[in-house]
Amino acid sequence: MTTTPLQPRITDIGPPAYDKFLPPVIRRNYGAWKYHEKLGPGILCHVAESGDRLYTVRAGTPRLLSIESLRKFADLADKYCGGYLRFTSRNNIEFLLEDAAMIEPLKQELAALGIPVGGTNNAISNIVHTQGWVHCHAAATDASGLVKSVMDALIDHFTHEDLPAKLRIAVACCLNMCGAVHCSDIAILGVHRRPPKVQGEMLTKVCEVPTLIASCPTGAIRPVPGVGGKQSVEVIEEQCMYCGNCFSVCPAMKMADAENDGLSIWVGGKVSNARSAPRFSRLAIPFLPNNPPRWPEVVEAVVKIVDVYRGEARRYERVGEWIDRIGWSRFFELTGFEFTRYHIDDFKHAGMTFARSAQVRH
Amino acid sequence: MAEGDDGMELKRSERKTPLLDELEKGPWPSFVTEIKSASGGNESAGDLLGQLELSYEDKVSHWKHGGLVGVLGYGGGVIGRYSDVGEQYPKVAHFHTLRVNHPAGWFYSSDALRTVCDIWERHGSGLTNMHGSTGDMILLGTTTDHLEPAFQELTHAGFDLGGSGSAVRTPSCCVGMARCEWACFDAMKLCYDLTMAYQDEIHRPAFPYKFKIKCSACPNDCVAAIARADLSVIGTWKDEIRIDQDEVAKYATSGMDIQRDVCGNCPGKCMDWDGKQLNIDNRDCVRCMHCINAMPKALRPGVKKGAVVLIGAKAPILQGALLSSVLIPFVPAEELLETLKELIQRIWDFWDEYGTNRERIGELIQRVGLAAFLDGIGLDPVPEMVSAPRDNPYIYYQATKEGEE
Repeated sequence: MTTTPLQPRITDIGPPAYDKFLPPVIRRNYGAWKYHEKLGPGILCHVAESGDRLYTVRAGTPRLLSIESLRKFADLADKYCGGYLRFTSRNNIEFLLEDAAMIEPLKQELAALGIPVGGTNNAISNIVHTQGWVHCHAAATDASGLVKSVMDALIDHFTHEDLPAKLRIAVACCLNMCGAVHCSDIAILGVHRRPPKVQGEMLTKVCEVPTLIASCPTGAIRPVPGVGGKQSVEVIEEQCMYCGNCFSVCPAMKMADAENDGLSIWVGGKVSNARSAPRFSRLAIPFLPNNPPRWPEVVEAVVKIVDVYRGEARRYERVGEWIDRIGWSRFFELTGFEFTRYHIDDFKHAGMTFARSAQVRH
Repeated sequence: MAEGDDGMELKRSERKTPLLDELEKGPWPSFVTEIKSASGGNESAGDLLGQLELSYEDKVSHWKHGGLVGVLGYGGGVIGRYSDVGEQYPKVAHFHTLRVNHPAGWFYSSDALRTVCDIWERHGSGLTNMHGSTGDMILLGTTTDHLEPAFQELTHAGFDLGGSGSAVRTPSCCVGMARCEWACFDAMKLCYDLTMAYQDEIHRPAFPYKFKIKCSACPNDCVAAIARADLSVIGTWKDEIRIDQDEVAKYATSGMDIQRDVCGNCPGKCMDWDGKQLNIDNRDCVRCMHCINAMPKALRPGVKKGAVVLIGAKAPILQGALLSSVLIPFVPAEELLETLKELIQRIWDFWDEYGTNRERIGELIQRVGLAAFLDGIGLDPVPEMVSAPRDNPYIYYQATKEGEE
């Protein structure tokens, strides 16, 4: 079903203008908001200098959405919001209302669609994640299934603001880490644990050997004679850190390994500047098995971190700030996670993470 | 209707996906339900479900490396994707994705959303991501012959493709002045203006690697600019935090422990609460937002607003993850667009000259040194750029130039 392209051919027009789809209440008060109030989980009220009020109802989506669902959201926007809606940076959908009396009916319609309202303030917001097996060639695991499994277990913390501070979880299905996974309170990261398997025949056909050799950050790829006298490569296995960059430039460097691929768990990162500076997440668990469809080991580990954090952290402490106070030894003690040789950095600047003082908690 | 293995047409409810069916249980909305919903009207969504079930069985991805597919005159915006089990699932043998540049702040009218849905019903799988990590609307899965017609219908509807490959990636921003009292610059307008200024660089990859631009209008950084943008623009202010002491008192009356929870968490140790009055020594304030976040009715950013410009964030591939670091400590809001355009050009010139293949700007700065980079782009060093001066004595002293002391 190929149709004739429309004429004239239009290119390079960019996105719709930034103010094209703003509801009237926002147009009237653009840049003139005064403060906001919390009206319960998932509900915000922004008050403008003019006295106008804007009510936001935030709800979680699976990010992967069918056009059928999008049309339902559009219908809700027509019914309750004058025909406007927005999405957030964490895959939530937001309905923007002028009439507070419409909040409850909208919530009921969302509940009927199975769409949870929440994710504001000291709640767990929706999980930022990548494509996984749904659409990525480099994925060590699926992302959508992990998110679904983890959020099923944590949904009460999405629909209730019952944590010491906000808690941001992210999933990346390989070390490319599409999204800010490396700066999350809890990050779930797909990992490979074996060097690439060189597909000799394919390599001579589709890959440029010098580019491939240059792609390795540890110099673990070297040239060898290949099929039909053409150049191929071999991998110095002990030098490989399984980053997959060679696979990105050459599909013949096969990384996927059903037996050895799995998940690692990282904690304590943040991007906000509030209180402490932005920081990376740190390794909590180096490996958990890739166990679809429900990944019980991953869900258990994440729930454990959330439960311990919720019980131990002070008000306003993000996960990383809480661990700053209690120390890593107590974090491992409280969670029951094992501290291993893998937790000690051995990449560039590793020495900066060694404990360089005699300050020790007992 | 999906095609079954035996050549018989299967109703979608008859396709056996026992593993994925497990992910329709539980309270969180299910992506499997979404794929099944699309498979009612689209065969490729049905085959996607089948291929995904296979991945859940054998624990590997069944997508092959992207191929070079796209629309006429563009070098990006389409992610080529082919199945390695295309014979088994012919409707996803070719399953390319369109990245559509989202409206700033991810605002839509219901009509615009329906228009995109209609286009994607005619030309694709009926599946989307709202949204991709970088910010684009992701239209998930179509065949090569549908790319150009889909693209033309999108542009006629007022949408264009976003970036991919070694190009400027689709800039993104927080909700900014549209709905946030903390916005220190007009993030949505700036994001839009930069996007329009770099249409060529977004659509026609010509760089060593990707270049991401993100604008967060206050230090809460709701689009994680500091963690993932090569150029991070983060709002801040220069003057004093605005205080409404009556509202501070109301927070105290309502049970907030202001001394412990607000003052005690201040990284600049610049405030104290005597039970009646909140006193802030703004000279020591680092503009972190904690006190303002805690008491939004009582405290607000100052009125001399602008942004910090930072450079170099990226995920781990290749030389390890980087956070952006300060390049310009403060640019007044009204000067941001022009300052950034001039700065970006100088950065790209340097990157073009010295960057190697797949080297992000942050890694190039790590390799040549921040001081050499500053020389290259003609920016003077200032103390705000470092957490502390160097502690090693191996200084590369430069020979005194002629005519200088």
